[in-house]
Amino acid sequence: MAQMNMLEAIRDAMRIELKRDSNVLIFGEDAGKVGGVFRVTEGLQEEFGEDRVFDTPLAESAIAGMAVGMGIQGFRPIAEIQFVGFIFEALDQMFIQAARMRYRSGGRYNSPIVFRTPFGGGVKAAELHTDSLEGLAIQTPGIKVIIPSNPYDAKGLMISAIRDNDPVFFMEHLNLYRAFKADVPEGEYTVEIGKANVVREGSDVTIIAYGLMVHTAVKAAEELEKTGVKAEVIDLRTLLPLDIDTIVASIQKTNRAIVVQEAQKTSGVAAEVIAQINEKAILHLEAPVLRVAGPDTVYPFAQIEDAWLPSVARISAAVQKVLNF
Amino acid sequence: MSKLPYEVQTEPVTPLSVLSLDGEVVNPDLMPALTDEQLKEVMYRMVFTRTWDERAVNLGRQGRLGFYAPVSGQEASMIGSEYALNKDDFICPGYRDMPQLVWHGLPLYQAFLYSRGHQHGGQIPQDVHVLMPQIIIGAQILHATGVAMAFKKKNEKRVAITYTGDGGSSEGDFYEGMNFAGVYKLPVIYAVQNNGYAITTPFAKQTAALSIAHKAVAAGIRGIQVDGMDVLAVIKAVQEAAERGRNGEGATLIEMLTYRFRPHSMADDATKYRTKEEEAEWALKDPLVRFGKYLEKKGLWTEEDTNRVKEEAKATVNEHIKKAEAVEKMTVAGLIDSMFETTPQYLEEQKADFQ
Repeated sequence: MAQMNMLEAIRDAMRIELKRDSNVLIFGEDAGKVGGVFRVTEGLQEEFGEDRVFDTPLAESAIAGMAVGMGIQGFRPIAEIQFVGFIFEALDQMFIQAARMRYRSGGRYNSPIVFRTPFGGGVKAAELHTDSLEGLAIQTPGIKVIIPSNPYDAKGLMISAIRDNDPVFFMEHLNLYRAFKADVPEGEYTVEIGKANVVREGSDVTIIAYGLMVHTAVKAAEELEKTGVKAEVIDLRTLLPLDIDTIVASIQKTNRAIVVQEAQKTSGVAAEVIAQINEKAILHLEAPVLRVAGPDTVYPFAQIEDAWLPSVARISAAVQKVLNF
Repeated sequence: MSKLPYEVQTEPVTPLSVLSLDGEVVNPDLMPALTDEQLKEVMYRMVFTRTWDERAVNLGRQGRLGFYAPVSGQEASMIGSEYALNKDDFICPGYRDMPQLVWHGLPLYQAFLYSRGHQHGGQIPQDVHVLMPQIIIGAQILHATGVAMAFKKKNEKRVAITYTGDGGSSEGDFYEGMNFAGVYKLPVIYAVQNNGYAITTPFAKQTAALSIAHKAVAAGIRGIQVDGMDVLAVIKAVQEAAERGRNGEGATLIEMLTYRFRPHSMADDATKYRTKEEEAEWALKDPLVRFGKYLEKKGLWTEEDTNRVKEEAKATVNEHIKKAEAVEKMTVAGLIDSMFETTPQYLEEQKADFQ
């Protein structure tokens, strides 16, 4: 076991896969020599050479599109989009070209690509560095969407993503990169894509979250426990495919649930979770499933982002609402 | 407007040409090295493709083909550029570039299936090195760039070629792709078939650059302009660019000046934006007529040859459209199973609604 923060765990996963498979490559803006603006790929160019880990010109569409072209020739690119807001420049290549390659070619070609991008609020970053755009991604047929919440999952999920023969959108929360260290096994292991994790058991209410919000939800659960409420917290880990079975199993026990997301409220991950609960567990519910989310505005400037983001207080209030329904 | 002494200087470019309109060799130095058999093969392919195009337009009217982008007029740029490649070179086409795919090895009935909206159209055989036609204008330019990057990393002596039109040269992906190829010195050819119109928008409204070929300058790659109605000029340009790519000398942008004799698609009416005079002027440059005259003078081709190829093409088209029509229809379950390597549970559940 080693102690790693999430950034180091992601780097460790990439190092293991670069070593294991010569077709794995890393590229992106500033991703080579210095290891990216957050140093996630730091030291990898030194270890594996510029042929495997390299800087690109500043053009996100070309980064993603080059990954598609290399992908159909047997490489397994890890393409870094420097900040989440820049994915808009690359959306055609990520969400159309890579995502449809297998279908359009009837399985002749595929896109074994990991698109990595940092995202997430609460770090006083510049505009369009912090938005939660996973809702756009989960409406895209042909890709998988992952948001890890801790170093162990991040490493295991990254290794799974690199080995996956379909494109994976891997979103890394800025506020978790260096937030804490945790035990991470040395060497290779995988965390299965499409499996949620019950991070805290409880019997009164289920709080469903992902990314940074898992930690906010756990804090809320700890506060609630002081008032005698036992909240179960589920970390989705993968947003597409969604692990509805774990959610349903929890609701069968608690009969009440809320979903927490940083993203704007309408039509996102929370809405999809609730729709699937409606399809599969409605008779187990004692109250409507509520959402705690950002309002339907643009992600705000740094001055008010803490007020904008879901908080322990807002999560606790939503839990009280479903308990008192 | 006078130029400032410290301003970047550019000069107009002269298009590469080999044959005059009468089929006389005007630039013997630029003649590509081809045997008589090869010259005849090029003519065979152009006549075949013209006939196929005529038949496809009719099949479209009969409802036996779906979306179809006619190719007549562009045979020299299409057939010539593909003929100059090796079989293991890789083609990333635009939506009109089906002839290059077929002559590179895609069975014709699969081209028809693609037009009919059947997935099997895109199931490229293992030994055929092409992508399916691209619909997003310019997206394929980046795929070719990535394919070329792969060839370079694997030390393979192969080149990637991608096609777009004058409209596509205005896309961001066009600049991004060429710029990457310049930086990494990639074995890739950016072929722009400038047929004068992006659907209806004339070239004059597409760019203020002296030519599309000039755009290579900004990316630090080589740019050339070719008479795209002169198949020998096209072959010469692409052969040279491919050789440079294979030798590690980087990418080439080739602008081919051409014209589509028919409308943009079956739903387009070219009389709304082109004049009869202009069409008549370009008809005089017909690549089949021009190359045919050259071959006739050399005693390599006769009108009987043309008629024979036409009949052969008609028979082949008939055979392949029948084959395409006989392929089993797609199913929603099959669609679902082709989204991922392993169909995830949520899609398995959705499949049940369609069985």
